[in-house]
Amino acid sequence: MSTFWSWYIIVLTVASIVGIWWLIRWTSKPIPKDEGATTHHVWDGDLEEYNNPLPRWWLNMFYISIIFSIGYLLLYPGLGNFRGLLGWSQVGQYEREVARAEAVYAEIFDRFAAVPVPELARDEAAMRAGHNLFMNNCATCHGSDARGALSFPNLTDGDWLWGGTPEAITQSIARGRVGVMPGWGAALGEDGVAEVTEYTLRLAGRDHDAALAEAGKPHYDMYCVACHGSDGRGNTALGAPNLTNDIWLHGGSRTRIARIIRDGVANEMPAQLHLLGEQRVHVLAAYVYRLNLEE
Amino acid sequence: MSSTEIYSDRVVRQFAIMTVVWGVVGMLVGVIIAAQLLWPALNFDIPWLSYGRLRPLHTNAVIFAFGGSGLFATSYYIVQRTCHARLYMPKLAAFTFWGWQLVIVAAAITLPLGITQGKEYAELEWPIAIVIAVVWVAYAVVFFGTIAKRRVKHIYVANWFFAAYIITIAVLHIVNNLAIPVGLWKSYPIYSGVVDAMVQWWYGHNAVGFFLTAGFLGMMYYFVPKQAQRPIYSYRLSVIHFWALISIYMWAGPHHLHYTTLPDWAQSLGMVFSLMLLAPSWGGMINGIMTLSGAWHKLRTDPILKFLIVSLSFYGMSTFEGPMMSIKTVNALSHYTDWTVGHVHAGALGWVGFITMGSLYALIPRVYGLKQMYSIRLMDWHFWIATIGVVLYIAAMWMAGVMQGLMWRAVNPDGTLTYTFIESIAATYPYYAVRLLGGVLYLAGMLIMVYNVWKTIAQRAEVVDEPVVTTVAA
Repeated sequence: MSTFWSWYIIVLTVASIVGIWWLIRWTSKPIPKDEGATTHHVWDGDLEEYNNPLPRWWLNMFYISIIFSIGYLLLYPGLGNFRGLLGWSQVGQYEREVARAEAVYAEIFDRFAAVPVPELARDEAAMRAGHNLFMNNCATCHGSDARGALSFPNLTDGDWLWGGTPEAITQSIARGRVGVMPGWGAALGEDGVAEVTEYTLRLAGRDHDAALAEAGKPHYDMYCVACHGSDGRGNTALGAPNLTNDIWLHGGSRTRIARIIRDGVANEMPAQLHLLGEQRVHVLAAYVYRLNLEE
Repeated sequence: MSSTEIYSDRVVRQFAIMTVVWGVVGMLVGVIIAAQLLWPALNFDIPWLSYGRLRPLHTNAVIFAFGGSGLFATSYYIVQRTCHARLYMPKLAAFTFWGWQLVIVAAAITLPLGITQGKEYAELEWPIAIVIAVVWVAYAVVFFGTIAKRRVKHIYVANWFFAAYIITIAVLHIVNNLAIPVGLWKSYPIYSGVVDAMVQWWYGHNAVGFFLTAGFLGMMYYFVPKQAQRPIYSYRLSVIHFWALISIYMWAGPHHLHYTTLPDWAQSLGMVFSLMLLAPSWGGMINGIMTLSGAWHKLRTDPILKFLIVSLSFYGMSTFEGPMMSIKTVNALSHYTDWTVGHVHAGALGWVGFITMGSLYALIPRVYGLKQMYSIRLMDWHFWIATIGVVLYIAAMWMAGVMQGLMWRAVNPDGTLTYTFIESIAATYPYYAVRLLGGVLYLAGMLIMVYNVWKTIAQRAEVVDEPVVTTVAA
């Protein structure tokens, strides 16, 4: 802040504290003749006031709070641009505490970092840490049981949008993923959308209208095959889901499938690296990897 | 002793009755949202009944409808009696009554509809905020007009506090509500970012300091000595604690924004001035409680004095707790937890609620030309039920708050957080249940008051306003 505002704050603060001090000195002056008598003011027939001296313990409490405050304002920032004799700041405190924590916990996570994901997934201590990290950072979307929710992938079913190798999982957590399915309503028309929907259901081995599905196949082979593949098994390089296993990230009803074919959908897993750091991402990758070992 | 002039008490009666009515409404909404925290399904998936909309309705109803009506009633009553004068411009006083009720009804409609500025205790949108400002200026004209035509030289201490509260609330309300309307029910504040936050909490904390503290100290300074039939303990204590309280309170707002993007210097000033606020706050408590010295036996038989003295005890307790919570290290634990909720309810239920109830039990029979309330026993029942309610409420919230603070910061040996947020909520459920019970008891006490007031008013013959007391030559 500018020098003017700094001095404005200093002068106002000091003047207030001095003013309060003066007020205490002024009112606490003994007035011997008044002890025990009223002020002789009377209101509403019988309202009167004594003028008893201020309780000593109360005055001392007041003085102590003021002296403490002056001391605090000398040691800590408060008086405008004056940073205080201790040089304390909340950002400094945060950085110190984080550095201290890093020093304490680095040893543990250094050890985890040296172990490859498949092996780390069998390390009980690492998995306890992974569980806590997952609960506080991932469970909001993926659920505390990691089974996901509508539009949030289930991490326990062995079906991977972006691949289930240790490297792919680590990449998904660290850098995030953005999955985009374009809408085909304009290209297909409403009839085309209905036909591709039936064909999609056929790929998944579900009840479908055979004639419509057959009519949908040429559309599929023209528009969908590039990402989802001719066999409908998807492509983890693009995050294109497997359409044959009856797992539906955005809902599996006929209406929902049709809507996504018509309008498309975009979905994002946010990157965690800048929040958690490489070592904790590594532990989380092992934790997610392990969820599928148990399945 | 009598003059031809009579007190203008119709507006006092109106505000007194509405204080009781809005008290029931505000506390009922509080009980409903306390139940929703325990059983979230109680919002029935109806937007108007959702917690986020009913919570501001609860706070506005208890602070501005219940507390505000109580302050209007008692300040109009007290300023006449301590100035030995009839209200200045009684018609304007009547306007403040109907205007204030209009504001309350508008709040009760707009808040459930989700129309809000999103500023705590200042939710009401700009058309209502303008009505509030107009009513408040009218209030100031009536109050200061009455002070100006007083027939006693000295202004009684209760009026100092009412004066400070009326002037400051006008300034706070207007500055915090400066906004640019973009439609009938939508506006944007002229401040942005951390400046907006600081203006909001400058307002918010002084709403506590001047509305909920100074105003109710005005109530206290009349009804405690009147009821105890004793002189105020110390005039000079009144002087020092009044000036220190109003000058220091102004600085305390930043303690609501500890460890945020508010600059360090502002946080520090908020903290040290909050600490210096302890002694001035306790000055009021000492002056009230010590006024009773020599008349302690009256506590056994007079439930009104019980209300007044216990309210001062809660006032002392919460004004000790407040400065402690403003210390950064303590705040790092208490902030965002239910401890804060416990703290404000120690003040709201214990101090504001009890001083208002005690004052109204003294005021209502007098403005209806009666000696006392219909039933002393029912006042006693109200007192004990409400006291148990307050204690259950604040004890539950203290425990819940400290527990939440500790759970949120608990760290495992590997540096990961021990608990998830949802685990801290699950652990809070038993305390939510106790809090609900406390709230139900407090509301039950209020319903007893409704019955007692109803029967009291039913006893009256023809209401004749009292003649103005003439000045006793001193």
